[in-house]
Amino acid sequence: MVFEYVDNVADAGIRASGETLNEAFCEAARAMFNLMIDLDLVEPRRAVKISVYAKTVDLLLVEWLSRLLTEKDLTGLVFSQFSAQIEQRGEKIVLTGVARGEAFDALRHEAKTEVKGVTYAGLRVWQENGRFIAQCVVDV
Amino acid sequence: MAEELELERISEAEWLLPRSGAMRVPARVIADEETIAQLRQDTAEKREWNALRQLRDVACLPGIVGEALALPDVHPGYGFPIGGVAAFDATDGVIVVGGVGFDINCGVRLLATPLDRAALESRVDDVAKDLYNTVPAGIGPEGNLRLPLSEIDSLLQQGASYIIERGYGLAEDIEFIEENGRIDGADPGTVSAVAKQRQFRQVGTLGAGNHYLEVQEVEQILDREAAEAYGLSEGQIVISIHTGSRALGHQIGQDYLKVMEEASRKYNIPVSERELVCAPITSPEGARYLSAIACGANCAFANRQVITHLIRSVLHRVFGMSPSSVRTVYDIGHNNAKFEQHTIAGEVRRLLVHRKGSTRAFGPGCAESPAAYRDVGHPTLVGGTMGTASYVMRGTELGMTKTFGSGIHGAGRALSRKKAAKKYWGEDVQSDLANHGIILRAHSTRGIAEEAPGAYKDVEQVVEAATRSGIGRPVARLVPIIVIKG
Repeated sequence: MVFEYVDNVADAGIRASGETLNEAFCEAARAMFNLMIDLDLVEPRRAVKISVYAKTVDLLLVEWLSRLLTEKDLTGLVFSQFSAQIEQRGEKIVLTGVARGEAFDALRHEAKTEVKGVTYAGLRVWQENGRFIAQCVVDV
Repeated sequence: MAEELELERISEAEWLLPRSGAMRVPARVIADEETIAQLRQDTAEKREWNALRQLRDVACLPGIVGEALALPDVHPGYGFPIGGVAAFDATDGVIVVGGVGFDINCGVRLLATPLDRAALESRVDDVAKDLYNTVPAGIGPEGNLRLPLSEIDSLLQQGASYIIERGYGLAEDIEFIEENGRIDGADPGTVSAVAKQRQFRQVGTLGAGNHYLEVQEVEQILDREAAEAYGLSEGQIVISIHTGSRALGHQIGQDYLKVMEEASRKYNIPVSERELVCAPITSPEGARYLSAIACGANCAFANRQVITHLIRSVLHRVFGMSPSSVRTVYDIGHNNAKFEQHTIAGEVRRLLVHRKGSTRAFGPGCAESPAAYRDVGHPTLVGGTMGTASYVMRGTELGMTKTFGSGIHGAGRALSRKKAAKKYWGEDVQSDLANHGIILRAHSTRGIAEEAPGAYKDVEQVVEAATRSGIGRPVARLVPIIVIKG
């Protein structure tokens, strides 16, 4: 597991890392869904394509995670596996990705808490010792 | 930088952070010594999440009036401290995302029943089971009421009254909801289609996290005059509903976070914390956000109205009780920004009052209170933990001048969810509550651990600090009998 939770009294701080920026973003998504359900219990039966963009890489993290929350509610799915491809296109940084999961089942997926939104608090994406780290606080 | 956050004690339960640096106004913390010690420790240890620093940053925002305030349930939020109050001039001030949050108009409704403990005890398991099965809760719940998008628009404009017209409640409920369950200026055109689509399945759902339903006993009356006005008596069974605007509010928050980020740059408003991004109240962006907030608030009022209806249906099934015998005592939000008139230095001013994890608490004589409550002020509802107690309080004249008529909203978290989940085990918490005669039905055992009573401050101390400072007075102490968690 390459994500952890940073102590934040009222909400939840997520810090995810990866060898690439793409991987760090996928781990951040896993960290967020792990707050809601047990990731190991979610089968990747269905896939949803995601495309988001932002002007900066940290704002892109908020776009990516908040779009996943929206897709959860619109589709009734919860996700456990993610792929992401991040690239610069002109002034925009674009992420195209796929979230895989299945229809939410409160009992089978061992529901935990609900994530309401992705905040700008503690929002940071950086490189350290050759790894990419993505951090933000989600409102729970 | 620590010296900039030096608190000066000014009374038994109040500390002042004098104006310095970029602060436009001083800040005041109303709290007990333990809370102040925690704030000082967070500052000394340079903790990233520091409610005092957040309060100072709020005091730097344009158009802030009077003082930036933290109430006794203060703890770090994002941008704004939770338990925070800040009022901005309606002309020169700003609307701040962090001062409202994602769960717009999250709040509590209190229902009074004609039952006493003995009557409830005779069917307590049936009530617990039926409430658990009837009120959708947890992650991804689906409400029974599916409103097409056109009707969602009506709900956003009209709030609780729209839902009542649809048959989910009683006309008399309206008078006992803050703002009569409908905030004016709610234009559904300011809310994205995605936000409305997300709400489609979630009307009348409780949610998860700290949201709950509690069947409680009025254990003690502490203010006879106010209790009589509110129709509360010792031994009476009451029900508290704690929930908000669900996915619609969450999406509005997310959508406008981006809009406000751009607006802060456009209008050149320096913000020291990104969650304090904001727009001038009078700007087009600010006006649209305020309209969307009104929509979110109306959605929350409507949501608590639907749940009220579901609770009435349970009590009818179990006890044959008529809906009108289950009375709405009051419904009040604790995450909002609303226009209000306040007297500042003898001058009546129109202010936008942000309350993040704090409630309106208008004292005696305010026209905004229901007629029956006007002499004592409207109730404020203070959620405790599932193992301790909740309080009904009331506002005071002093609170009107000191805190823009604001009061505490709950015990306030003391431990992070991560620490709570490590320290407590859901099943243990459940059996511990059972040993104290409290039935807990929850949709998540991990959620129970995160919400364990020990994860919160002592509600008694928080109420005591609010009382000692004179901003509120306790009216009734409520103890839980049945707790339904998401």
